[in-house]
Amino acid sequence: MTSLFEEVPVSTDDNISTTRVEVNVNGERRAAQIEPRLLLAHLLRNGFKLTGTHTGCDTTNCGACTVLLDGEPVKSCTVFAVQANGHDVTTVEGLASSEQLHPVQEGFKDEHGLQCGFCTPGMMLSAVALLNENDDPTEDEVRWALSGNLCRCTGYQNIVKAVLWAGAKMRGDA
Amino acid sequence: MALDEVKIGGLGASRKRVEDNRFIRGKGNYVDDVVLPGMLYMEILRSPLAHAKINSIDTSAAYAIPGVRMVMTGEMMAARNLAWMPTLSYDTQAVLATDKVRFQGQEVCAVIADDPYIARDGVEAIVVDYEPLPPIVNPEQAKAPGAPLIRNDKVGQNNNVIFDWEVGDRASTDRAFAEADKVSEIAMHYPRSHPSPIEACGSIADYDRSTSKLTVYMTTQAPHIIRAAVSLVAEIPEHMIRIISPDLGGGFGNKVPVYPGYVMSILASILLEKPVKWIEDKTGNLISTGFGRDVYLKGQMALRNDGKILGVRMHTDSDHGAFFADAQPSKFKIGLMHSAFACYDVPTAHLTAQGVYTNKAPGGVAYRCSFRVTEAMYFQERMVQAAADDLGMDQAEFRRVNLVKDDDFPKRTPFGFLTDSGQYGKCLQIGLDAIGYDDFKKEQEEARKRGRLLGIGISTMTEPLGAGNSREYDILGIKMFDSAELRVHMTGKAILRTGAKTQGQGHETTWAQIVAHELGIPAEDIVVEEGDTDTAPFGMGTYASRSTPVAGAAVSMVSRKIRAKARKIAAHLLEVSDEDIEWELGRFYVRGAQDRGVTIQECAMAAYSNVPDGMEPGLENNAYYDPPNLTWPFACYIATVEVDPETGVWDVLRLVAVDDCGVRINPMIVEGQIMGGLTEAYAMANMQFITFDEDGNCVGSNYMDYLLPTAWETPGFELHEVVTPCPHHPIGAKGIGECATVGGPAAFVNAVMDALKHTGVRNIDMPLLPDRVYEAAQTGSDISGMPPVKTADD
Repeated sequence: MTSLFEEVPVSTDDNISTTRVEVNVNGERRAAQIEPRLLLAHLLRNGFKLTGTHTGCDTTNCGACTVLLDGEPVKSCTVFAVQANGHDVTTVEGLASSEQLHPVQEGFKDEHGLQCGFCTPGMMLSAVALLNENDDPTEDEVRWALSGNLCRCTGYQNIVKAVLWAGAKMRGDA
Repeated sequence: MALDEVKIGGLGASRKRVEDNRFIRGKGNYVDDVVLPGMLYMEILRSPLAHAKINSIDTSAAYAIPGVRMVMTGEMMAARNLAWMPTLSYDTQAVLATDKVRFQGQEVCAVIADDPYIARDGVEAIVVDYEPLPPIVNPEQAKAPGAPLIRNDKVGQNNNVIFDWEVGDRASTDRAFAEADKVSEIAMHYPRSHPSPIEACGSIADYDRSTSKLTVYMTTQAPHIIRAAVSLVAEIPEHMIRIISPDLGGGFGNKVPVYPGYVMSILASILLEKPVKWIEDKTGNLISTGFGRDVYLKGQMALRNDGKILGVRMHTDSDHGAFFADAQPSKFKIGLMHSAFACYDVPTAHLTAQGVYTNKAPGGVAYRCSFRVTEAMYFQERMVQAAADDLGMDQAEFRRVNLVKDDDFPKRTPFGFLTDSGQYGKCLQIGLDAIGYDDFKKEQEEARKRGRLLGIGISTMTEPLGAGNSREYDILGIKMFDSAELRVHMTGKAILRTGAKTQGQGHETTWAQIVAHELGIPAEDIVVEEGDTDTAPFGMGTYASRSTPVAGAAVSMVSRKIRAKARKIAAHLLEVSDEDIEWELGRFYVRGAQDRGVTIQECAMAAYSNVPDGMEPGLENNAYYDPPNLTWPFACYIATVEVDPETGVWDVLRLVAVDDCGVRINPMIVEGQIMGGLTEAYAMANMQFITFDEDGNCVGSNYMDYLLPTAWETPGFELHEVVTPCPHHPIGAKGIGECATVGGPAAFVNAVMDALKHTGVRNIDMPLLPDRVYEAAQTGSDISGMPPVKTADD
């Protein structure tokens, strides 16, 4: 987290112990010196400047902060950053390669699966986790897999279509 | 050759959204994503009690924490004349409490620190000594003799009543009731709800002493109104204020008002001369910011035996919480409640309304609704079903008899609005055919014999969208205009800016489609910008489904101004007079010689290289739009449900929606709006509400208690359309964003009530929770959702 040029506030309480974490974020090894109470969502957003991971509710309900931890979807507002030490984290920024969007990203745009876009990163990561396990889910399986992610704009119908679209593309049917 | 409009992304194209390109990559720029050098963080201490005197506040332990820069208190605000601020409804609201707290969650202190964790530590360290006062949690209690006075801060306020309002014709309505064959009655509560965008509110205030300029990044649906409000409250000249509303994670009305957190972050930045970021947490959002609804509705309908409605009486008691902070046109104390029954031929009507203070969060805002039309339409459609039942008449037939006929427009509504277009009967019929109405009635009868409870509910309504024409509409005296500014560059590409503010509606996509329609410039050649008051032209903001009716019309009108100038340039280039020029999409040509023409792009280049003598160069303009009337979309929603009498759980079998919003700019986006709205309607009917216990504790302060539907519960929707162009809008469009939220709840509730009709139950207050439905089914009694009050036994 600190760099050659980073200023440290003079007010820093020297009594607070900090610890070093190293996380493999989107395929890149990154490290930070943090307070143990820091949440993973805040390490990603404030420490690593990956602001695509959003925080919506603070109570593990809305899922806007969903990231993949070793491939499993977790709500990063309820994971301590130290718990991610030595693990792999995938955020929305890691879904696309420089030229090629992930099929889920394409599906969300193609099927109008987003409006304000705030829930979208978490929603897409839950969808990716599902499709990595099962690239030919039923509508009910999609709805169940996304039931930990809240959306206030779309009514979910187009999100479901987007995920089914992505599944078809991943299977090579599209 | 004229261009193919759909191919260039004009009207009617389901163009994929341009804003999605950043959102799907996680590259949106929401307020919490903005980081300014040297930024500090603010957290708010909120009252744990609904009503209490503040004896003392001790901030010393907070100041002792390294990294805490400042603790703001009411006393400190009062010293700067900022402890109170004006609301949008001619009332005042506390920024930080000074004398007492008036609702649970009210702002008491704010801590500014080096990081948000330290700020939170600071909040925890403040000690406040409260002396509890008796809380008031519903209007009956507020109006009871001897009720504690909530607003003792207001000179001349001797009770808890905010307003008494009346509209319609009492005498003629009394006559209609005297002549009626039958009078039907119903009463209900539309519960308090919260718009609850997933992104809560927040701001980053950045005051620069060297330039005297204040820049505020803010979650606001109405940046220009905020600029004016901040100027008045903080006494900073308006040109020295720049409000930037970046990407918004939803709004739904919640991000219209000015909240204390914004004001405190601004003062903190001025005092500390550093940027100060405030990001509200979810609980803070749910318990303190603009709620929706919380209205008790009752009324009567005068009926003739053949089903004709003769007149309507309505009365509403609205619970506004501790401060009258509604966002609504100043002439209408209870918003557009008097739009009720606009789609029916009702000869006369009378409405009385009373608003009261309670010890609850202030508001309310119009939650995905045009100034309380939601409550009006909910009452209307519940009343209509009750009346049909009381007459022993089929509910579809009752509507057919009373809906305004196609050739009756323009039609004066019972409370004085003027509807101008619609095909109500056709919409209803499409809906009935789609759901298979007659077959379902047979299936329902068969199922009933086997103990299964099926129900069907209809909701038909028109609502006034697009506030509004300047004769009737203003907020604090400011007329409700919008404007658009269009600059066409020399290569024929363009930038369009409006004073609206998208929050998911897709303005960046659809505004370009209107320009493409008017000028033939491909939509992909037009960039759209909104939300920065230093660059965007004036507008009243995006809420009340007003953007397409008002700002969208301004986009059309500015494009037409550009086309008028381009026509003169074309005449010059083609060496003919203006009168000999014809227009087809994207191109001017000489009348009678269609091959002799110039494209709009060639005109654009000429505007910068070869203008006629005496013409001002360049190709840019702006337009203000004052709508001549509201737009009147129509909707018919039909739900079928099955109620489980053993558990009270009800499932939606089907939901058919027929929407007539006039000409659709982007059908894909319109359908997205309708499905989102239907989901909120389902939420309201099924699970989503905020209530209070007898001590004034908010029940619904987080997403574990405040239930929002997930992908799992949300039913599928079947959408149909009818197109009746708006006669006065430049492209024939009407508002749509809120129709389904407004009209939808009654379809679900009417369906459940239909399933329980045999029990004699007339009303269950929303949400229709399983325990409420179960109790109603078992007892045959109506179920009230009014928050309970403390009794002597408690």
